[in-house]
Amino acid sequence: MEFLNHLGGVFEPVAFLLLLGGTIGGLILGATPGLSPTMAVALLIPFTFQLEATQGLILLGAAYTSTVAGGAVSAILLKIPGAPANIATALDGHEMAKNGQGAKALHISFLSSGIGGVIGVLLLIFLTPVLAQWALAFGPSHLFWMAILGVTVIGSLDSKSFVKGLLSGCLGLWLSMIGYDDIQGAQRFIFADALTGGINIISALIGIFAIPQVIEMFAKGRIASSISSLEVEKQSIWASVRETLGYKRALSIGTVCGSVIGLIPGVGGQIAGLLAYDQARKFSPEREKFGSGYAEGVVAAESANNAMVGPSLVPLLTLSIPGSPTAAVLLGGLLIHGIFPGSDLFDNHPKVAWTFINSMLVGQILMVIFGIWIAGYAAKVAKIPNPIMAAAVLVLALFGSYSIQQSMGDVYIMLGLGLGMFFLEKFGFSAAPLVLGLILGPIAEANFIQGSMIATAGDGTLSYFFGGVLNLFLIALVIASIAYSFWASIVLAKKTAPKPEVTK
Amino acid sequence: MKKLIAAMALSAFAFTPGIGAAQAADYPDRPISVMVSYGAGGATDFQARIVTMMAANEKLLGQPMVIINKPGAGGRVGWNWFASEAETDGYTLSAYNVPHFIAQSIKGGVKYSADSFEPIANWGSDPAVVIVPKDSPYNTIGELLDYAKANPGKVTMSGAGLFVGHHIAALQIQKAIGAKLAYIPTKGGGAAAMKAVIAGDVIAGVNNLSDAFRAREAGNVKILAVADLERNEKFLPNVPTLKEAGYDVDNSSVNFRGIMAKKGTPPEIIEMLAAKVPEMFANGRVTKQMNAGGSPIKIMNRAEVQKMWSDRQAFLQELLKDLK
Repeated sequence: MEFLNHLGGVFEPVAFLLLLGGTIGGLILGATPGLSPTMAVALLIPFTFQLEATQGLILLGAAYTSTVAGGAVSAILLKIPGAPANIATALDGHEMAKNGQGAKALHISFLSSGIGGVIGVLLLIFLTPVLAQWALAFGPSHLFWMAILGVTVIGSLDSKSFVKGLLSGCLGLWLSMIGYDDIQGAQRFIFADALTGGINIISALIGIFAIPQVIEMFAKGRIASSISSLEVEKQSIWASVRETLGYKRALSIGTVCGSVIGLIPGVGGQIAGLLAYDQARKFSPEREKFGSGYAEGVVAAESANNAMVGPSLVPLLTLSIPGSPTAAVLLGGLLIHGIFPGSDLFDNHPKVAWTFINSMLVGQILMVIFGIWIAGYAAKVAKIPNPIMAAAVLVLALFGSYSIQQSMGDVYIMLGLGLGMFFLEKFGFSAAPLVLGLILGPIAEANFIQGSMIATAGDGTLSYFFGGVLNLFLIALVIASIAYSFWASIVLAKKTAPKPEVTK
Repeated sequence: MKKLIAAMALSAFAFTPGIGAAQAADYPDRPISVMVSYGAGGATDFQARIVTMMAANEKLLGQPMVIINKPGAGGRVGWNWFASEAETDGYTLSAYNVPHFIAQSIKGGVKYSADSFEPIANWGSDPAVVIVPKDSPYNTIGELLDYAKANPGKVTMSGAGLFVGHHIAALQIQKAIGAKLAYIPTKGGGAAAMKAVIAGDVIAGVNNLSDAFRAREAGNVKILAVADLERNEKFLPNVPTLKEAGYDVDNSSVNFRGIMAKKGTPPEIIEMLAAKVPEMFANGRVTKQMNAGGSPIKIMNRAEVQKMWSDRQAFLQELLKDLK
């Protein structure tokens, strides 16, 4: 209960002001397309030079918490996921916004973020020593199987057709191979300078999700129906609270997925949201509603991506290994004050450690309050007429992809992928599996190559990849997931057989 | 009309040298960007942010330095951009990592070599160290490398990537013991390589002195040797160099970090920077923060860096010749 002793530190005037500033600033930065949580936290580092160690970390912790949740705002309202963590939020959230339920979607997203986030931080507080061992248990072979498990989700994710889902996934895997291979030094598909470093995931996200809808909006032309816009439904906060708490299944799946996956260094938050979304759908009796603007999907995705925040810091705080790019930036924030994560942090600077952790706890709650407060205003975005909206999204997409690393190359990649996705969508392919392929490709590949290099030096490939309880457990999950997809696609095929798909 | 435009364009050209000279005289009159070819949060980025924080001081440059990250492909993306697209007006500088960029240019496939850049000054040197997990049976570098000699190719050793300091150190050790090591490059840089050691995925690892020192303080690893000419008295006074332990490994893998300009930058500007930048690195507040973060400082002036670059160039050409 040591954290309670230091809870007061969060409410000291300067500390609390920083916490407020970090939360509000983080929400805004998180909602800006192109500014991932990592970038947002990195931007704040210079400010912490002038602050005391505790104060600096409060600012960074609050900003980390709220940028992850802030990414949901642009995912829901503009269908531009702020970071890979928010992809799954866009699937149902944007549909809800299009139906005029933007305020409700935002309320639910912030509430489930808050619930997942608080549980995640509590795990960090109480179970850190246990979790640290768990985080280390995942070696290259296990991470490889984790990635394969993610790949098996591809076929069933947000796609009318199993085969088309798999095909878009493969396309994503291929795109992920472009660039310089860090492990073997091969140059693959580099036809232009901009591709040397591969496809930046943030610019890909912006292009794949935002551009097709921009083209769609422009293509409608200046007809009366496209200029008229929706009424935004008013949503009372209590109704949202009740509804969110009603989705117990999605909340628990999201929180568990988020905290378990968030813990594993290197895989982290990128896929937590998507896996939780997929699992929640598989277990839901109303699974066909997912993807059409169903709140349960938002709950699963958002509770997962904020649940991951706390556990993702376990490897950093206990072992001094930053498990994610954001954790690496936070490490910098600790180091400039001469504090080394690990036993030094908890033994010699308990005030710093616990105030930081507490600030994330209080930050989650502040984030929910401010999130809900801005939701009502933010949802009015849906009232903007289509042509103006399209122009605004296009500007944000261009600005966002350029700002990642001040490179026009990223802008061209974003536009190219967006245009390609527009045509693919016309043929019934969908964006989510493609993006999942793009994220999982490098994880699967790097861990497979590393694993086989280690295996060749050791006991041989077969026993390395198939030996051990954890490997076998993950393989069993992979098989179960594939079997389910086949079963579901056969059952669904029978159900939907009478009405053939409309493709042009 | 066309003639008028042409005339204006010509006169603009005619005036350019004059403007250039004037620019050099009151350089810098706006903020200077410094490109870092690694991601935010990495050691290079972190140190670059610290060493440039005093730039705006009137006695130093009088203008702030702004860090721009262009990560990817082990630094190639950023340095390719710097060599081919950056302006040469002195307002775009870059951080360098030696031996990384020199080794990459020797292996080919990039648009730069040591001749594409003009060194300004060096701020730090981070030697590579050999580490093993805390419960490893090996307690000295001799025990580990004897085992490696007896079992060629069996000792897995993680490092941050291909043709970075860690890889060079592993290659040098390999050459010194005359047996192969299984060098495992990781995708997530030094942090991922460190995780592989702590978790026991690999038998040993090569990592940065600063990161290894922190990991040892946290009780996770044992540091067996330093790949440098002298022991590090400040952080690791008890850890021997590989040379002391009897292996022919020098300081070629030490990761030198500093600031460089693109070739073609006006010499007045380079001279001015070469005079002021080392002074900025030596600033008391900078050294205090660098020491706090466990980042070893090594300030070298332009002439010293030029010599260091050409030494590395010659050495790496020799070492990498045998490879593949």
